[in-house]
Amino acid sequence: MSFITFLVRRAIHSIFVVLGLSIVIFIISRIMPGDPARMAVGARAPEWVVDNLREQMHLTEPLHIQYYYWLRDALRGDFGISLVTRRPVADDIKEFFPATMELALLAGLINGAGGIILGTISAWHKDKWVDNVVRVISYLGVVTPSFIFAILFLLLFGMTLEWMPTMGRLSPSLPRPSIITGLITVDSLLAGDFAAFFDALWHLILPAVALGLGGMAQEARITRSTMSDNLTKDYIAAERSLGIPESVIMRSFLLKPSLIPTVSILGLDFAATLGNAFLVELIFNWPGISRYGINAMLRKDLNAISAVILILGVVFIVVNIMVDIIVARLDPRIQLRAGGSE
Amino acid sequence: MVPAKPLASAKRMENLRRNWYKFSRNRMSILGLFTVLLVTFLAVFAPLVAPHPEHASAFVDFANASRPPSLEYPFGTDVIGRDILSRIFFGFRFSLGMGVIVLSLVVPPGVVLGLVAGYNQGTWLDTVIMRITDIFLAVPSLVLALAICSVLTPNLFNAMLAVSLMWWPWYARLVYGLASTLRNEFFVASAETIGASKFHILFREILPNCISPIFTKMSLDMGWVIIIGSALSFVGLGVQPPRPGLGTMVSDGSRYLPEQWWISIFPSLAIVLVVLGFNLLGDGLRDMFAAEEA
Amino acid sequence: MSVGPLLDIKDLYVHFHVFGGTLKVLDGVNFTVYSGEKVGLVGETGCGKTTTMKAVLRVLPMPPARIPGGEIYFKGRDILKMGAEELGRVRGEGISMVFQDPTAALNPVFTIGQQLGAVVRYSLAGGKRISRKEIHQRAVVALKEVALPDAERLLKNYPFQLSGGMRQRVCIAMAVAGSRELIVADEPGTSLDVSIQDQILRLLRRLVEEKNTSVILITHTLGVVREIADRVYVMYAGKMVEVATTEELFSRPLHPYTLGLMKAVPKLTGGGIADGIPGRIPDYLDPPGGCRFHPRCDRAMGVCRREKPWFYRVSDDHEVACFLYREGGKGK
Repeated sequence: MSFITFLVRRAIHSIFVVLGLSIVIFIISRIMPGDPARMAVGARAPEWVVDNLREQMHLTEPLHIQYYYWLRDALRGDFGISLVTRRPVADDIKEFFPATMELALLAGLINGAGGIILGTISAWHKDKWVDNVVRVISYLGVVTPSFIFAILFLLLFGMTLEWMPTMGRLSPSLPRPSIITGLITVDSLLAGDFAAFFDALWHLILPAVALGLGGMAQEARITRSTMSDNLTKDYIAAERSLGIPESVIMRSFLLKPSLIPTVSILGLDFAATLGNAFLVELIFNWPGISRYGINAMLRKDLNAISAVILILGVVFIVVNIMVDIIVARLDPRIQLRAGGSE
Repeated sequence: MVPAKPLASAKRMENLRRNWYKFSRNRMSILGLFTVLLVTFLAVFAPLVAPHPEHASAFVDFANASRPPSLEYPFGTDVIGRDILSRIFFGFRFSLGMGVIVLSLVVPPGVVLGLVAGYNQGTWLDTVIMRITDIFLAVPSLVLALAICSVLTPNLFNAMLAVSLMWWPWYARLVYGLASTLRNEFFVASAETIGASKFHILFREILPNCISPIFTKMSLDMGWVIIIGSALSFVGLGVQPPRPGLGTMVSDGSRYLPEQWWISIFPSLAIVLVVLGFNLLGDGLRDMFAAEEA
Repeated sequence: MSVGPLLDIKDLYVHFHVFGGTLKVLDGVNFTVYSGEKVGLVGETGCGKTTTMKAVLRVLPMPPARIPGGEIYFKGRDILKMGAEELGRVRGEGISMVFQDPTAALNPVFTIGQQLGAVVRYSLAGGKRISRKEIHQRAVVALKEVALPDAERLLKNYPFQLSGGMRQRVCIAMAVAGSRELIVADEPGTSLDVSIQDQILRLLRRLVEEKNTSVILITHTLGVVREIADRVYVMYAGKMVEVATTEELFSRPLHPYTLGLMKAVPKLTGGGIADGIPGRIPDYLDPPGGCRFHPRCDRAMGVCRREKPWFYRVSDDHEVACFLYREGGKGK
């Protein structure tokens, strides 16, 4: 099976999952008690306004017709009006989403790259003090929830030591670079504005590390254990016995097979990251979609909730596909065996 | 994979003793077990053991509000004058209770669905069940829990419901993987040939061989459920104030950082302690079961 | 032979430290191979044949394994004391090993070309840097030498895409690539069909004769050894018990264990079948004192329980480690 077929299959599978997800979201939102039309205009609006709106929102039609309208609108980017902010949810998302993405991506980087590097170092120096230190830290990283790290970091680095700012994405004194991607760090780099870049990074560090630490610990543990397992495998002994230098073995022949379980987990870890982002954003007052989403949830802003979940679901699925692609590149057995030449 | 074992009860006793020996060799596992037992003890006997049990419910004492840790209040008091230590003991009740209830709700259906899907691998039954689990797994777990919580009234019961709803697919997945491999084993085929009922095959042949991974996962999951539960409480969707949920306490105290740090920090440490205990225990179980197969 | 031995293992002890105690696997192994010789190493599964060879190449996992005593001389230099660079040269150009299970011995996520290429690059070239094209060419040549067709395509394949026999040939190709002086073949073809195993053995034999390499052929099958080896060592429970030229060993087996082997069904497993030797291989955690074979020996004497026998010379090409053949012993 060629790579393209593999990709197409995954994509189709994901589309089905997204559709299924949208149905579930839709059903949940319609089960909710309360009249969406009434909630949209408020308690004091006259009845005929509510009736009109109800017609407009297709609330009188059978459920599957409603779903059709809802899906159609969603695909066009129209998620309705937010009860809380009183403007199109789509606009809200456009404003808040990049902030969360910036945070999640940096956390994911810390997660993946940091975890792999730490785990590798730990395995190379197995049972020596470096290894033991990393193992203890990783363990603590795994058992501590992100929001507790966030609070600890906020307390320690933000408030007590005052090394890093505790609020916002950019110092008020610096102008924000023009929005291209919405990620301040990227935008400032593109604009050549290094002051803004470093400032934004400085604001990002604390929440990103709090967010990514748990995942990094997890990755480090898996990498370390896979590597030390693989070290005892016959093919490593064979490669050594044939005269291949130790450094070459460590850096390539051992590393590649050891990465496979770790990378496979990256997708799930990213899911955890997205979930934990909700809490971390709250704690750091980060203006992202998660904080927006929590507010929507606490205030029962249906349109916003549905949109946020759908978007997050899609992001997660896309990330999963990318992770699957990387894993397939690392482990040839997956791609070629599925339907292939064996 | 897990080797199939016949389970006569005399052999079971010996297995138990051997397993305990293996388990007890690892100091960390013992530490985990001890921690879990300690927390359970504190939770169960909280009204007797806590220095100020009445502080766990509606109680006000402004005279002693916001006191730093001292002999009388080892972990300090919060802004209304309640003893943090005692509240933590009661908080363990919520954490453990939530873990137990969620797992009880989640494991049976998840396992059954996984068994059915795994045994009928390749049929429409398998596809349907697995697609449904895919959908639930498509959303980051915490997000889904938050969303479900939000459409219901925020309270502990609904939080447990939400977490249960998004947790069962993991067990279905786990058992599915095990069952679909095991069903190709010889002992299943022989049971089929002698005409054993589906029920017997699923529950008396396949299931016993899945027990170890399921138990390991349950132990580790206790930690995760407690984390998610405290996260939900933190946000305001779980244990409602004035009840002493650990996450709720952390959230309440976060407003008073950094001056009255003890209000948030001690409950945080308590959460870490519980999760650490369950993780060590779960790891110990996993090592114990793995050594068996080696 | 007037020239010194190519490989000379002297009194090698290897212990494994495990959970329950120490596995005293190798208990003073003595083993010699001369240039151009084909030596067979026979013994049942678990007697330490592979451990010995892995010790020679220093690929034993050293945390659990420890070498409390002994020396391994290769061309006069003690391998156990070598530094990384010299060891690398010995592994690259001197000794190579064909592992028992070809599937496990190949890295599953790299192509044959990548793995064979690495071997070519680091062993053939010595310290020199050779071009990628030349590496590729030499890899193709190596594959052709082991009679693998369609070398170009094979180099792009991954191990799981090859059959068992092909994988074994690839492992052999990697082992013989370049001029090696000694090849250790660990139960070649055991995991394969008998007919394929036969092919593999013939291939080995041809290669060895073409290149005049020494070979250590590890096997638990007597028949194989009879066909190919010049000299044969018989090993039991971590010690060599008898060594002789092939002809001499088969016509006049002396050690009670060897006698048992000859009488048993040609292929041995741990407990033997039908005419097998009664008893089991000893528990390495708590091995029997004195001669390790004495609990299973029908001619055991008092001294066998107390002392360890040395290699006693019976003739120029025959030595036995058994008190029966001591000067004045009952065997003579």
